[in-house]
Amino acid sequence: MQQEAEVREALPGAAPAQFRQGSTIRQLWETNSEVFQRDKMALFGLCVFAIFAIVAIFAPQIAPNDPLTPLKNSNGDWIKDALPYWLAQPGDDLAEGYTNTFLLGTTNIGRDIFSQLIHGSRSALLVGFSAAAAVAVIGTVVGLLAGYYGGWVDAILMRAADVAFGIPFIPFIIVISAFLDPSIWNVVVAMAVLLWRDTGRVIRSQVLVIKEQAFVSAARVSGASDLRIIFVYIAPSILPLSFLYGSFAIAWAILTEASVSFLGFSDPETISWGFMLQDAFNSLALSREAFYWIVPPGLCIMLTVMAGFFIGRGYEEVLFPRLRRM
Amino acid sequence: MSRGVAYYILGRFLQSVMVLWIIVTLLFLLFRLAPSNPLASYIDTTFTKQQEAALLARFGLDKPLGEQYIIYLLNLLKLDLGDTFSYSGKTVLDILGADLPNTIYLTLTSLLLAYAVGVLGGIAMAALRGSLVERVGTTFTLMTRAAPQFWVGMLLLTFFAFQWKLLPSSGIGPPMVRYRWETEWDKLLSPVFWRHMILPTFTLALYLHGLPLLLMRSNMLEVLDQDYVTMSRLAGYSEWRVMIQTAARNAMLPVLTALTLGIGYSIGGNVVIEHVFSWPGLGRTLVRAVQQADYPLAQGAFFLIALIIVFMNFIADILYSLLDPRVGASAQAQVS
Repeated sequence: MQQEAEVREALPGAAPAQFRQGSTIRQLWETNSEVFQRDKMALFGLCVFAIFAIVAIFAPQIAPNDPLTPLKNSNGDWIKDALPYWLAQPGDDLAEGYTNTFLLGTTNIGRDIFSQLIHGSRSALLVGFSAAAAVAVIGTVVGLLAGYYGGWVDAILMRAADVAFGIPFIPFIIVISAFLDPSIWNVVVAMAVLLWRDTGRVIRSQVLVIKEQAFVSAARVSGASDLRIIFVYIAPSILPLSFLYGSFAIAWAILTEASVSFLGFSDPETISWGFMLQDAFNSLALSREAFYWIVPPGLCIMLTVMAGFFIGRGYEEVLFPRLRRM
Repeated sequence: MSRGVAYYILGRFLQSVMVLWIIVTLLFLLFRLAPSNPLASYIDTTFTKQQEAALLARFGLDKPLGEQYIIYLLNLLKLDLGDTFSYSGKTVLDILGADLPNTIYLTLTSLLLAYAVGVLGGIAMAALRGSLVERVGTTFTLMTRAAPQFWVGMLLLTFFAFQWKLLPSSGIGPPMVRYRWETEWDKLLSPVFWRHMILPTFTLALYLHGLPLLLMRSNMLEVLDQDYVTMSRLAGYSEWRVMIQTAARNAMLPVLTALTLGIGYSIGGNVVIEHVFSWPGLGRTLVRAVQQADYPLAQGAFFLIALIIVFMNFIADILYSLLDPRVGASAQAQVS
């Protein structure tokens, strides 16, 4: 992610001067709808998020079993390592006295994998959207203040961004989780603390261009306060950029949450896709070639991350039209 | 090199030192002001007050915070990162010194592979713009960037290590072989080592190739629109020569900067890959240190990774200023 922003700034097509501005809320709305009308991939991304959101909201109703409770059959034996019913042969049943209805089988201690997959969408979306909101809000405010005021405000905020660029992201989360209780919110906090830097820098350079324009001087002459100019006149023009970085941040947050859970720094009471993969990895599902356990969580992560990428690219194409014909 | 560029480099260097100092200070505060005593997991309930005090004194934790901070900074300058808690008799530097080469081999090999494939792939995608191959190729690249690295690693492990038993599943070599490696040179000349490196390198390169490929592709499309490219076409040069000699050479510059930045960030981001393949590098050590509450080791590993990132950011800045004269000029204006 760090590289992306640097690189995007270096992209010839992404020069700020070509940036199309919408200075009112209505134009902002039009930009947003243009993104999804023009770009079918962005629309696809939006649909993916919508479907996963529905799954997450109704997870307890959709999931056939509790994701954390090991299941027993009628004889009182744990239903460990059951194969999905569509893979199981009649003789494969580990214990008599249950009908195999598991869509994706069970884990090595008898938890229902399909139910875990359903519940995992909750962590992914919760972390993805709250981290993205935090990154976009902090980055936007920093960029607006640094760009508008300049001087020492700019100097301090941009040096802070330099520091944030020097801190390795995943190691930072690992280190802070040594001190905080394991929780999915650690990822959100770490992203909010570090990743505003990309959004902040880009928005700052954009504000530098916008604040020289006539409508800003006009507002100043008519006696509008600094804060009013920043948040009422300038902010709507750069908000599409915040959405762009926010969409990418959703993708990075989901990917990061998965990595951190996989490394074992998440709350074991909260099911997430990364946690499921950690569970599979540690209980040697790989050597048993338990694809029904390994493949689905990874596919879900990939799908949601791609949805974030697609929406971000949709914004890019509308905001930086020169990229479009490529 | 003009004076302006020299001033710019000096300025960026001082700035990097400042950034590093702030990071180090934050790290110190994070570890010292944490709610739990850093030695908490090593102080047994059966310890007497004296034993506890002796342990604190051994790690210098009985001194005032300001004094601890000065000692910490002076030690860092001497590259003295202290003793580890969990590996008895070894200093943090011993452990990290053994890890660093492994991380560097893995990172550099993967980056070279990824950038070679990425640059060539980017040229090909630009040449095939609008075709079905281009659409499939770009989508595949996007998928490799969206798939979690550890998951790709797990799938490759399942096939190549467990199902087909073609490649080793973890580590850098069996103990019997590692025993015979007296120097890094022995390791690098050992086929066993390279066999162990195939899967992690491939996994990492698969993820890393996306950035140079997409970057090269859009730079190529940008450059192909320029007048001098049209001119060389009109001059009757072959399409191959126009693509490679004229366009690709100019489109490569930003990719080189990305590569420099990539070295730093990949070393920091390798944690997950090293964990999946039990690769004895900096990232795996960091994870273990945090799991075992070995604070000096965790702090040291984090410091080393941050040092590498700040240094590579500095190099990327310099490279950029040398390649793009405008940066030097504006830097000159800022300095004077």
